[in-house]
Amino acid sequence: MNTTAPDREPIRIYVPEGSLGVGIFPEEIDYALARNPQAIALDAGSTDSGAAYLATGKSKNDRGSVKKDLGLIMGAQQRAGIPVLIGTSGQAGGDLNVNWTLDIVLEIARERGYAPKIALLYSEQEPKLIKQKLANGKISNLPPLGDLDEATIDRCLHIVALMGPEPYFTALEAGADIIIGGRASDPAVIAAFALWKGAPAGPSWHAGKIAECGCQATTANTGQRGVFLEIGDSWFEVEPVDPQFKATVESISGHLLYENKNPWLLTEPGGQLDTTESEYVQVTDSKVRVTGSKWIPKPYTMKLEGASGDLFQTIMIVGIADPDVLAEPEVFHEMMLTTLTQRAISATGLSADQFDISLRMYGYNGVSGMAPPPGSVPLEIGMMCVITAETQELASHIAKACNPYFFHMPLRLGMELPSYGWPFTPGDIDRGRVFQFLLNHVVSVDDPLELVRIQILDDLEEREAAHA
Amino acid sequence: MPKVKEVCRHVRSKVAGPFWVTIDLMFDSQENYDRYVRSPALSADSIAAIYGIVPETISLYPIPQLKVLKISYPRRSPQGSIEERDLHSGQQYTYLLNVELS
Repeated sequence: MNTTAPDREPIRIYVPEGSLGVGIFPEEIDYALARNPQAIALDAGSTDSGAAYLATGKSKNDRGSVKKDLGLIMGAQQRAGIPVLIGTSGQAGGDLNVNWTLDIVLEIARERGYAPKIALLYSEQEPKLIKQKLANGKISNLPPLGDLDEATIDRCLHIVALMGPEPYFTALEAGADIIIGGRASDPAVIAAFALWKGAPAGPSWHAGKIAECGCQATTANTGQRGVFLEIGDSWFEVEPVDPQFKATVESISGHLLYENKNPWLLTEPGGQLDTTESEYVQVTDSKVRVTGSKWIPKPYTMKLEGASGDLFQTIMIVGIADPDVLAEPEVFHEMMLTTLTQRAISATGLSADQFDISLRMYGYNGVSGMAPPPGSVPLEIGMMCVITAETQELASHIAKACNPYFFHMPLRLGMELPSYGWPFTPGDIDRGRVFQFLLNHVVSVDDPLELVRIQILDDLEEREAAHA
Repeated sequence: MPKVKEVCRHVRSKVAGPFWVTIDLMFDSQENYDRYVRSPALSADSIAAIYGIVPETISLYPIPQLKVLKISYPRRSPQGSIEERDLHSGQQYTYLLNVELS
């Protein structure tokens, strides 16, 4: 790691957006470069939208949007000659997601005649290795989950370990222009350059946390806008890149609440950020200075994320305006669930614990699943039937067997057979796999690089070979 | 007795990782924060009853500097499970808006 004198210049980091591909405003690049940033850093994903992106290796943001933003960022990299640090590439940061991002970077480089030095940081894990760690007592659970077992590891389609800043240090040492990282802590990616330059850990990590969603922690209130960070010896300053927005004490001090279960402490690879004594001062109309942020070193752990996809769903949706049903939604729901369950059993020969039928009454209590206030009468009910089984064929089979009942069940026996509002035909949709996160565990490592594979691509031929 | 929505300038909820939900009640004044942050209607027991979870698993963080009460609790089922109704947990705050405070 580089060390610098205590009276050194503040480190300047440009965070162009909250997540790669959400849509950079091109004029912000000029604003940011005018302030001489030393690095561009941002993440490209999160677990917020579910396990599908890790399980499939596909991005949430579409290729065109990611290419557009990467084009702007790579253009800025060329103009300023500064490194670009990307974390959690392709939404989930698995190897497939990293390679998908590399493919776009190479395409832009080819089209524009750029020749950047590219570093790839892979943090996907072999199940075999995770089982070894488990056997060696190196894995512990985070609440609310219990201990890990081998069967759970086997259920995961992909497993990643959350990187800290250290793999980025290695890539920066190697002179990388563009660092395409797998799954990493968002604050670590943004803090990495400053930490590498020897800036203090408390302010660097806190700055990383504040800027992880781009300008969301400012009056711009959106991750589509960029933010500029300066990190000094005992402080950091944050300001939106576009002068029409402002960072305020209220907006910045409130950001640690966001998507974080403890408002003062943030656990990260190798330590904890403690903001209990952080102080926030409005230094200009649009800039906030933060002091007092502390970093408490801890034994080095990496959080594991694993996604499964071993169940399948078929869904059906129907619109109901029938006043008899609207007057007694709970009765209708119970009767429908019983009827469909019996029908599924008789049609497939399965027992009731070998499949799942879930009914959601949108317009009544579809989101909560809880009883609404007494006397609530919906105007309409959109009823969704979610059928889950071990194969797509089975889920589909159950749906087709249930179809006549789901779309035509009368509230009481003896009533004329109704036809509720079908929105389309056929009435059932095979939805595919159910993707779930199974791991909420940390693995202890002796070295922050132990579980990370780093590849530096120096020249075009090598890049193309890796690409092929 | 005022409702939560009458003494807060903003209330929001979101996943904090795939296994936790976190709700922020941002009070509209120091006075209302001081008066209601420890209301029995916002105790772990009361919150547990609303969301059908165990009181011991709920963490309450009163933050006087921000006039915020932060409430974190484990999801009833992990994000994206077969019974999922609110993947981002972004609608969970709504069930607190009409809670009456004393």
